[in-house]
Amino acid sequence: MLSIKNLQASIGEKEILKGINLEVNAGEVHAIMGPNGSGKSTLASVLAGREDYEVTGGEVEFNGKNILELDPSDRAAEGIFLAFQYPVEIPGVSTINFMKTAVNKIRQYRGQSPLDAVAFLQLMKEKMKLVEIDQSLLSRSLNEGFSGGEKKRNEIFQMAMLEPKLSILDETDSGLDIDALKIVANGVNSLRSKNNATIVVTHYQRLLDYIVPDYVHVLYKGKIVKSGTKELAKELEAKGYDWIKNEVALA
Amino acid sequence: MTTATESILKQILESSTPAYFDKGNEARKKAFAQLSEIGLPTSKSEEYRFTPITKALEKRFTWTSSSPASEAISIDSFLPAIGDTHLIVFTNGRFAKHLSKLDGLESNVVVSTFEDADLKTKSVIQSLLGTISKTEDPFAAMNSAFYQEGIFIHVPANIQVAKPILVLHINDAQAKQVIAHTRLLVSIEKGSDLSIIEKSDSLGTQPCLHTFTEEMIVAESATLDYCKIQNDSGSTHQVSNTFITQADNSRVNTFTLTLNGQIIRNNLTIQINGEQCESHFNGLYLVNGNTLVDNHTVVDHQKPNSFSNEMYKGIMDDQAKGVFNGKIYVRPHAQKTNAFQSNRNILMSESATINTKPQLEIWADDVKCSHGCTTGQLDEEALFYLQARGIPYASAKAMLLYAFALDVLTVIKNENLKAHLDQLISERLHKNF
Amino acid sequence: MSKDNQVLEEFTSKEYEHGWNVNLEADEAPKGLSEDTVRFISAKKNEPAWLLEWRLKAYRQWEKMAEPTWANVHHPQINYQDIIYYSAPKQKKSISGLDEVDPELIKTFEKLGISITEQKRLTGVAVDAVIDSVSVATTFKETLGELGIIFCSFSEAVKEHPELIKKYLGSVVPMNDNYFAALNSAVFSDGSFCYIPKGVRCPMELSTYFRINAANTGQFERTLIIADEGSYVSYLEGCTAPMRDENQLHAAVVELYAMKDAEIKYSTVQNWYPGDKNGKGGIYNFVTKRGLCFGDHSKISWTQVETGSAITWKYPSCVLKGDYSMGEFYSVAVTNNYQQADTGTKMIHIGKNTKSRIVSKGISAGKSQNSYRGQVHIMKRASNARNFSQCDSLLMGDQCGAHTFPYIDVENQTARIEHEATTSKIGEDQIFYCLQRGIDEEAAVALIVNGYAKEVLNQLPMEFAVEAQKLLALTLEGSVG
Repeated sequence: MLSIKNLQASIGEKEILKGINLEVNAGEVHAIMGPNGSGKSTLASVLAGREDYEVTGGEVEFNGKNILELDPSDRAAEGIFLAFQYPVEIPGVSTINFMKTAVNKIRQYRGQSPLDAVAFLQLMKEKMKLVEIDQSLLSRSLNEGFSGGEKKRNEIFQMAMLEPKLSILDETDSGLDIDALKIVANGVNSLRSKNNATIVVTHYQRLLDYIVPDYVHVLYKGKIVKSGTKELAKELEAKGYDWIKNEVALA
Repeated sequence: MTTATESILKQILESSTPAYFDKGNEARKKAFAQLSEIGLPTSKSEEYRFTPITKALEKRFTWTSSSPASEAISIDSFLPAIGDTHLIVFTNGRFAKHLSKLDGLESNVVVSTFEDADLKTKSVIQSLLGTISKTEDPFAAMNSAFYQEGIFIHVPANIQVAKPILVLHINDAQAKQVIAHTRLLVSIEKGSDLSIIEKSDSLGTQPCLHTFTEEMIVAESATLDYCKIQNDSGSTHQVSNTFITQADNSRVNTFTLTLNGQIIRNNLTIQINGEQCESHFNGLYLVNGNTLVDNHTVVDHQKPNSFSNEMYKGIMDDQAKGVFNGKIYVRPHAQKTNAFQSNRNILMSESATINTKPQLEIWADDVKCSHGCTTGQLDEEALFYLQARGIPYASAKAMLLYAFALDVLTVIKNENLKAHLDQLISERLHKNF
Repeated sequence: MSKDNQVLEEFTSKEYEHGWNVNLEADEAPKGLSEDTVRFISAKKNEPAWLLEWRLKAYRQWEKMAEPTWANVHHPQINYQDIIYYSAPKQKKSISGLDEVDPELIKTFEKLGISITEQKRLTGVAVDAVIDSVSVATTFKETLGELGIIFCSFSEAVKEHPELIKKYLGSVVPMNDNYFAALNSAVFSDGSFCYIPKGVRCPMELSTYFRINAANTGQFERTLIIADEGSYVSYLEGCTAPMRDENQLHAAVVELYAMKDAEIKYSTVQNWYPGDKNGKGGIYNFVTKRGLCFGDHSKISWTQVETGSAITWKYPSCVLKGDYSMGEFYSVAVTNNYQQADTGTKMIHIGKNTKSRIVSKGISAGKSQNSYRGQVHIMKRASNARNFSQCDSLLMGDQCGAHTFPYIDVENQTARIEHEATTSKIGEDQIFYCLQRGIDEEAAVALIVNGYAKEVLNQLPMEFAVEAQKLLALTLEGSVG
């Protein structure tokens, strides 16, 4: 589904990604871990097409298409979803209105007719139940005055609404207490299928107790320095990132 | 031009021409020509809509060339309790050398009247004077034409002037009216710090007109702390025009406290002409009786990436009038500017008024600017709560007013000065409101 | 930034949708303004002598007045002798029903999206249509008549209800109130009149559509709405004009009069031709709108969505005379290209316990200048007056300007006034968030701007709100990257 080959990216003069290689297939969950400043969030942003980053080399293919040439909204329509580390506030725009616009724009891209009000409402009700979110929250201005947990739950709700092929969760666990974390993880797990894939970007192993990955990759200084199974995450938790740093230094 | 303006100008011209213009200063002549052209403000002048100063001048003054210095004044009772300072004293607009105290200044720091300056300093004064001030305000033009005395303060690069410089103005209107026009020119060079405290007081009940023009040039990475305390008599009319310009990385903190006077008008213009500048300018007016206090401020962001914050508060009692006009300009290309302003007022009596006009003019899109403005009265609930705890009404009122006013002092860094102002404000609120 | 600018430069404004002109044979006054012009207009309309005298008095006052210069707008000198002050579309002398209206005219309104005949069946909105200063058709007259509501053209009201006109004309906006009001008082050609009797709640929205069609013509209409004790009316006003290279003058006067316990809600969607993207042409919209809350507990609420006009000079105001009366002003003003808007409100608190609320949302794009100018005046006897004002500006691009000039004058110690103003831009992070959800850039801008203006748009009646949202998006199309 996703094939990243030797991806390099920089912000201004500073090189952040120094040759990333990663293959993600449908039905898989990949975790990307690493110490602060290793380039985890940059990778997520580059895949979604944030303009602040310049791709200086490499390729990214998504279902056979070179997505680096696509506008961020076209990438979204192709099925890439980014759950933001810091969801953005848009005053006066309700989540419902926001989602209605998004769903219909994506349907338009795919040559489908727009959902009418009734069909949209039905879809929304169904997904609300799935991620245990309250309608009153969805009627309020997008993310404005939301708590950290509410913002993250809203991200997962949007993910459910848009039914992406590839979801990238960028530090979705940051700022969540254990109960909120469970709810978010449950939402993600119930959306998992053999047709979609998930990339979980996180600093801590904690989230991976609830969203169990098939593969774990450790990102350090802009490169994937170690890959393994979920056991790798446990090992990291026990030994800390210094263990990886030392290993890299020796090599 | 109205007849009032005409007659005053005529009188000024007739009484003053020889004395001033014989000194051969082209700048004075130019300023006078400008004053004649713009005339004195009327009630129709947008900038003086609520401040009928021309009428007051016409009614109360006879125009003479200037007031003599007052020799026999004791300044002790006017000195604020703020610890050791350098001291510059003016009486009736004239520098009083015998009362001033300027020993112990850091070497190379110059404090001198324009006239007594050595040749080299005179040429520096010549090159700086009038470069950042404007004479669009009629009283700035009047000052430029007629100033009696000016003080130049020069701090060369990388000097932290340890003690503040206190500039004390005393106008003695016991026997007869006073007309005084004074100037201050300050240049703080790269990386230097200076603190100026300016205090004005007056004696007697004869009318007094005092105009100030103050120019302060704050160079790269320099810091200016400037505090103005206005505590004049009820017959004093004061118009100050303070111009400050800031270069890259400079810091400016100003605080204006107005307690007394007949008509007090302060024009404060800050040009942010550098990047990464920070400016805080606060003000507090606690006025009663017939005092009119009018603060006009302009902060002009001409370069990107700077920050300014303005907070003016006022309490008006009796027939006192408050006027506030705050302009924020963000010029094209002054992107990433953060500029904030607030003006809060409390009216304490049936006849007190406030006219306020916060004004934003923005020509750059990537900026954060806001202004807020409120007018209200004391919270009755809070007042009752304090009384219910056994605090008498008058004290409770003073306490609440003090709480309202207090945060304007955050801009003062000098602890002695802060404590003095704190006490001054608290006493005034207890005694007079 | 550079990307924003690039997109801004690529920006080509969507052609003005209502920019067609209709071939209607017009009945015109000769160019220029004199007492004779005033007499011509009055004669054309078969007016009574007192009204002619009133006009002439206004004209003589106007002659002595000077055009105001305090607004933050710039335009070449207007040659008042180069304007045609009266232009009526030719039609039969009198119309007994819609069937007799010139079919071209009906088509005109259909293009505007307000089919007069269809209106009847569909929306339950009564419409008075004013084309080139003359009221051409009013719908729903009978239904309204049953309730005692008078809704007709101004000319008709002069004939049928002279006592009301005589009493209230100029009672809120005196003929010499300002330069443009005096001009209007001298040469106004028609407009709408509405009277809601005591205790009647008008069952439908009343609406006027204004259209300038003829070239070189000024439009000078007058609207007078009187809400008698305890009545309620919601009134809508919309307008369009053809695209022409020269500037055209629109100087209207609107007077609202609310008696005890009455409420008037007045909504405007102003979409006069704004000129082309180089600033050529467009309407000069110099309008005086004022409401008088005469009786206790009366309420007047202004809502405006200003997207059109080359220059807007307009301050819908409330004079709060009655105790416990209330004034509201909700405004969205959008300027793009070379448009200039200087708009806001005055809230004059005279009565005790009066309240006012101001919500103004300015949006500037292109090379436009957008100013909010407002006054809150608490007079001496207005005890316990309250005002809340919120004035926000949104800037799109670095070539435009946003200005706020609020005057707050308080003469009573019991007043509580709160004024807040902010300035912001559409955040790049907001745009990216939308893009990531599959919403393209144009739709993202429309979504964010409508969100920003929501508090005002919510005040509009449903049919207007939808139109207003579309207009906002249309006016700003392509203006941010």
